[in-house]
Order: sequence, then C-alpha cells, then structure tokens
Amino acid sequence: MVKEAELIHQPMKVINIGIDSFIESLKEQGVEVIHVDWRPPAGGDSRLIDILDKLEL
Amino acid sequence: MALIVKNIIWQKRYMDSLRLMRISNKAAALEGVEKVAVVMATVLNKEILKEVGLLVTEGAGASNDDIFVAVAVEDENRIQAVLDFIEEEMKREGERIKDMAGYAPKSLESALEMMPQANLSLISVPGQYAKAEAMKALKKGLHVFLFSDNVTIEEELELKKYAEEQGLLVMGPGCGTAIINGVGLAFANVVKKGPVGIVAAAGTGLQEVSTLLSNAGVGVSHGFGTGGRDLSDKIGGITAKQCLRILEEDPETEVIVLISKPPGPNTAQELSKYLVRMRKPVVLNFIGLSSTIEGGDKVFITKTLEGAALRAVSLIRNEAFQEKVFTEEMSKVLQLAESEYKKFSGKQRYVRGLYSGGTVCSESTLILADFVPTVTSNMPPRAELEMKDTKVSVAHALVDLGDEEFTVGRAHPMIDPFVRKQRFLQEARDPETAVILLDVVLGYGSHPDMARVLADTIIEAKSLKEKEGGYLSVVASVIGTEEDPQKRSEQEKKLLDCGVVIMPSNAQAARMAALIATRGEIKNRL
Repeated sequence: MVKEAELIHQPMKVINIGIDSFIESLKEQGVEVIHVDWRPPAGGDSRLIDILDKLEL
Repeated sequence: MALIVKNIIWQKRYMDSLRLMRISNKAAALEGVEKVAVVMATVLNKEILKEVGLLVTEGAGASNDDIFVAVAVEDENRIQAVLDFIEEEMKREGERIKDMAGYAPKSLESALEMMPQANLSLISVPGQYAKAEAMKALKKGLHVFLFSDNVTIEEELELKKYAEEQGLLVMGPGCGTAIINGVGLAFANVVKKGPVGIVAAAGTGLQEVSTLLSNAGVGVSHGFGTGGRDLSDKIGGITAKQCLRILEEDPETEVIVLISKPPGPNTAQELSKYLVRMRKPVVLNFIGLSSTIEGGDKVFITKTLEGAALRAVSLIRNEAFQEKVFTEEMSKVLQLAESEYKKFSGKQRYVRGLYSGGTVCSESTLILADFVPTVTSNMPPRAELEMKDTKVSVAHALVDLGDEEFTVGRAHPMIDPFVRKQRFLQEARDPETAVILLDVVLGYGSHPDMARVLADTIIEAKSLKEKEGGYLSVVASVIGTEEDPQKRSEQEKKLLDCGVVIMPSNAQAARMAALIATRGEIKNRL
C-alpha cells in the first residue's frame, strides 16, 4: 500500500485552521474535529513573521 | 436628509471573512442604518466600498491587517450604537465558536495534544500565512487540505515536494472540495458512495461530476482535489499522481475520472506514460484539450464535465456511451429558447456569465467559443480567450467571481452573494446584455439559500430591462443533489419561480445561453 493511502483507511480526524464554518459541516457528518483559534502571527507584521518562521524551523 | 458616511479602522485586528459577513448582515438590519460593512481592509474590499459610496478619506489608509467598519447613517448620533453593536457581535462570534467546537486551542501543537490521531489539517487562513501553516502541519505528519488561495507556485512546489517525500497529500492550494470515504470537506456535496474515484484540479469540476454521477445513481468512492496548478509543468502533477496511485490500489474504485485544465506539455507526456500502466479505466476531461494525452484503450477523453460523468456511468454499467447535447428533446429546447429570445429588444445579443465556480466558468467559455465569434473570460480555457478588463464585460463575457482578485478578504461567492448581485445589476444595465448565465452551487459550506438571495436581484434586473423595453433572459444550472442541505429541487423551484431557465448541467446551460442569445441561429450547429 502506498503511504498516502493511509488517509482513506483511517477514520478522518481533522484539525481546522481558519474559517470556522467548516467545523459545522464536519460535525454534522460525524467527523471528529478540533478548531484552532487562529490569529495572524505577530499581529500581521510580515517581516516579523518571516523571522519567527525561520526560528521555528 | 443627507447621509453621513463614517469609516472606522480597528488596527491589527482579525476575523475571518465569513464571520464578518454575518456581522455586517446583522448590523445592516439595525434601525437608522442605511448601509454598513464590516470587512478586512484589503485593497479589493476598499474598492468595493468605494463603488458603493462607503469609502471616505479617513478610511483610505487602512491596511490589510485591519478591520474596517464603514457605516452610512442619517443621524450621526447612531454611529456609536452601531459600533457597540458590532463589538458585541464580534465577541458573540468568538463565543459561538466555543459553543460549536468546544475549547479551541491557539496552536496546532495544542490541537495535536488534544487529538493525537489527527490525520488531516484543513487550512483556510489568508494566503500570505497559508504556506507556513501548511508546512507546520506536514511536519507533524498531517495530510493537508489547503483551501487558502493567494499561495505562490513556488510555495506550492516546496510544500508538495516535502509532502511527497513523507507520503502525505497536499490538496490545494485553492482546493475547494474533496470527498474522502464519504466525508465532504469544505464545499462538497452529499453524494452516494460508489465505484467512481475522482481526481480534480478543479473544485467545481469535482462538484459537477460527483453530483451528476450521484444524480444518475452512481456513487463516488473518493474525490480528491489537487489545486488548479497541480498539472502545470512547474508542479508536474505531484498530487494528481499520488491520488491516482491511491485510487488504483483502492478496491472500492472501479473507474477513475481525472479533471483539470490542460496540463503542461511535459506533464501531459509524463501523465500519458503513467496512464498506460494503470489497470483501471480513466476518464479524462481537460477543459479544452483533447489530443496530447495518449493512454491506450483504457483512457477516455471527454469534452465536458457532464460527458465525463456520463462516460463513467456507461463504463460502470457496461453500456454504450453517447454524449448528449440536451437531455430534453430538441424540439422542446428550441421552443423554450424561442419563448425567451422573442422578447428581446434590437440591441440585445450577448451572454454574460456570472460564475461562482472557476471550472464551470471555463467550460462554458469553451462551449460558447464553439458557437460565437468573440467570447472572453477571466478563466480562459485558451490564452486567446482572456478577458482584458475583468470589471467590465465586452461582447460575450464570462466571469468567475470566485477568482482570487474578487475574494481577497471577502468570503467566496458560493457563500457571499454581494459581489455577484452587484455585477448582475451592472450587466442588466448594459443594453447589449441578452442572457445572464449562472451557476448555483449547493452542498456543505455553500450559502444555505442562494436561490432566495439571488431571486431578489434577478427580479430587480429583469424589471430594469423591461423598463428599457427589452427582456432579460437568465439561464442557470444548479450543481447539487436532493441530499444536499439546500435540496436541489427546492433551489431550482425558487429560481424557476422568478423566471430562470434551469438546465440539468453546466454544459447544457451554456449551450442554451448561446442558443437564446443568438436567437436560435446556432440550432443547426448544436
């Protein structure tokens, strides 16, 4: 089995980052989902985000 | 009494466009409020506000990361109450999420602590942040469904190369839909489970094919989205090939449908070699391309999305296949077309397409190009059909209002009808407009009652045309199933009730629009 195929052989468990409406429909379909309360990093300052991303790597 | 327009900028605050749309709608219903908009202060949103007279000097300096409140009132004293209301609603939206989702952690890491078996991350943050979030998810071993657009092709390549090495999928960017094991992600329809697997570099393409299959009684095993650029030579079809491998191995899948814009020449060649080795039949629809793919006797190339669905049905049922021009008898189709075009005034002659789905917009452009000399689109299936100014339609013109330029900081037109309603009236005012062609896309994620909200505008636009002594013909196809939350037959009825011509597929709607706009001239070429 190709490794990618694991996705279709396991129950789907979703982490939702962004638009929260997507959780509603997943829940309706009985899918386990956790919503991340996302905010733009560093208050949206793109230079600072670049620096933070590099640090995280 | 003159209206007072005020712009208020809440710096460095963020809320997603859907929640802001809900708040705007509620605030618009407040007493004494003429107009109100609460949006992220993107360039696009500021342009739209300017067009509707809601942008004043103090708002011009707002930046992408600010929330922008524009309000028009008769009594200046009302403004503070409106702002208080909006603040309160923003708080309430935050609480709504808590009620729905339970505790919402602030980071992916905390979410994974709560759900260590998570296997997919659905990411829909604004484009400039999307790559970083997607890479974080991949590094944690999650497959990624990347709904966000405005992601560069270089970022896409980096994500997909890394994912491929790890045996993970990146569906996207700009991936609107997927159906995995019967679970619909983002904009997906409720379709029957069955033997057809779909790989689509085109969101509404997947929706059109999966719903036509399901409505014909044949179900879908899995439907993967790849993002629109996956088969370009720069990406080389990384995700599409991964998905084809999954479906080839999947015992539930008997026939595979692959939908995309025409692949890059190198990718087409490589794909041909790949398809020859596959054991299962593959139906291809490349919106505009039919010749450069060769895959032996198990590969079937179709002209339209409807053709792809019907071809898959015939393969499953082992029946002969014939692509239909219209489901209905030709004499009835011609009669219906005539009843529309006989009411036109002299100048009316063009089709104006206002789409929420890019693939169906592109398909319609291609169909129209077969019948009329000049058609352009912002989703051109061929370079020479590119629209010059996407804001102003000239001759036959089809616009995908879900394209990135119309959605920065705004909800998609499948959810938020505002931009399409504005454009609808703009087209209706053009004396040369004969037919407005629409898609109404149902399913999870989409507006709960798009037919109703469009109906007001359709009626207004039709009456505008009547006052000029003409007639506005509106042709639509509803992409969806009876099992969808919005129920297809109910949406169709609402549109029929305001005089819309409903066709059973997008391809048929485009042909009908061409037939009506040309006053039946093309009937012998159908």
